[in-house]
Amino acid sequence: MTTASQSHPAPQTSTVAGARRRHHPGYGRWTPFFFLAPAVISLFFIGIYPTVFAIVTSFRRYNITRRADMLDGFPFVGFDNYRQAFSDQTFWDSLLLTGKFFLCVVPLQIVLGIMIALMLHRPGLGLLRAVTRVSLVVPLATTYAVVGLIGRLIFNRDFGVANQFLGWLGIASSDWLGNPTGAFTAIVVMDVWQWTPFVALIFLAGLSMVPVEVEEAARLETKSHWALLRYVQLPYLLPGLTAVLILRSADVLKLFDMVFVMTRGGPGAATDLISVFIQRAGFKVFNLGLASAQAILLLIMTILLSRIYIRVFYKEIE
Amino acid sequence: MSSTWRIGSILHAVGLVVVLAFALFPFYWMVTSSLKEQTDLLASPPVWMFKPSFGNYQAIFADRTVMTAVLNSLIVATSTTALSVALGTPAAYALARYEFRGKADLWFWFISNRMISPIVLALPIYLVSRQVGLLNTHLVLILIYLTFNLPIVVWICTDQFRSIPRDLEESARLEGASQFDVFWRIYLPLGVPGVAVSAIFAFIFSWNELLYALVLITSQDLKTAPVVATNFMSGYELPWGKIMATGTVIVLPVTIFAMLVSRHMVRGLTMGATK
Repeated sequence: MTTASQSHPAPQTSTVAGARRRHHPGYGRWTPFFFLAPAVISLFFIGIYPTVFAIVTSFRRYNITRRADMLDGFPFVGFDNYRQAFSDQTFWDSLLLTGKFFLCVVPLQIVLGIMIALMLHRPGLGLLRAVTRVSLVVPLATTYAVVGLIGRLIFNRDFGVANQFLGWLGIASSDWLGNPTGAFTAIVVMDVWQWTPFVALIFLAGLSMVPVEVEEAARLETKSHWALLRYVQLPYLLPGLTAVLILRSADVLKLFDMVFVMTRGGPGAATDLISVFIQRAGFKVFNLGLASAQAILLLIMTILLSRIYIRVFYKEIE
Repeated sequence: MSSTWRIGSILHAVGLVVVLAFALFPFYWMVTSSLKEQTDLLASPPVWMFKPSFGNYQAIFADRTVMTAVLNSLIVATSTTALSVALGTPAAYALARYEFRGKADLWFWFISNRMISPIVLALPIYLVSRQVGLLNTHLVLILIYLTFNLPIVVWICTDQFRSIPRDLEESARLEGASQFDVFWRIYLPLGVPGVAVSAIFAFIFSWNELLYALVLITSQDLKTAPVVATNFMSGYELPWGKIMATGTVIVLPVTIFAMLVSRHMVRGLTMGATK
């Protein structure tokens, strides 16, 4: 009896609060929707509607510079654009090149990133560490187009500083942006410059998750940095590694500004990464049907990537 | 023991200095190049010591194109940031404090926007805005930038709002505050740090954006700063001094902003997967 009467007041007050709540406007079941509506509706019109438009366009013959297409009312042509995209060797070359770029850039960023993170994590030299840490933000914030401009200056054949550096090492200077290998190397270098800090900061966040006691105990056990990394720190770096792989894949598929400014995809097709390729199909050739089909294929890849990302990192919400 | 420690310490310091130099060199090279006169710029091999001159800055400040472009960027970035905060914070509040069906899906949809390549949306947005007459307006940029700004605002603010104790809300409700009051007088003021960080990110992303601005704006008077800087790259003899001065003017403000949020940089770029 006593327990019952003691436990009673709690539910009672909550009913009172609940009843009182109902008297005020805006406490109903629909409240969250009022708060969400502005964001969801606007993002729907800006994000989903154009995507649907692109899907529809991808099934049409849609070249806005060809009068015939316009007079025909941009007729539906079924999967023609997709067939053309799939049979277009340059599209595959561009995707392959994007993959190659990823394979050149990301392993380098991971290795350098881990090294930088370890240096930033190591005790001692507090001020220098803090300054270095903040300096890593500079590449990340630099306007991507301006990174391209800087790249063009640094890799200039005649007065570029890259050739000067190589000269100090006794390597002959070359016309970086004028030859396929050189141009590809140049965009790799600029991307490594801009995004290694991102990878390093992710790994640094991982390292700081290692419990202090565990790390100190391990430091007493072994003097080998390698053993410390392998057995104590590595497990804490793995989630960051997954994040790096997925986000960098998405970013490489997105990469446009820097490459566009530095090389316009050239010379030839040496730096024609997928976003640059599709941009040209759409806005130079104006074959919007084909470009939309290519963009939709890119979108599908991106959606797969983000699904994986969400699966891995937001388990607790799902 | 102490000598190995000292060697380790020296290597550590050297390593950090190398990283520092690596991180800052292109920025340094841009700024110093912007202070060089044409003869120093075209010197081969490049010169490291030179007499700095502000001629290039005088030239671009006198050039209406560059100043208009910076102003355009400022208008677009500020408006889209304000809009994304206005639209995003209520949504963040709902996501932080309510349970409802489809919440997870909504959440994923917001996050997926982080991954989408602008080129996917650039084509249809170009066609749609051509039809409705939005092509060549700042409004179309302000709206399209919401696709990456809204998710970042929603993500960071949801996180921030969750950390505000529920008791405050409960007692305000008992006082008779409406739901909107609770959001407006409790969550928004207490969530200011998160709102500020997300606003800075939104500003940086919008300020730096090139692809949409390149394809959606063709009128010279409306172009944003990155597009104008890129346009310098046509022609035979490139005005490198002016190009680098413009680059510096574009990059400097966002670099300062980014330093303010440097602690949150990773969170902002990974949509919170890593804190």
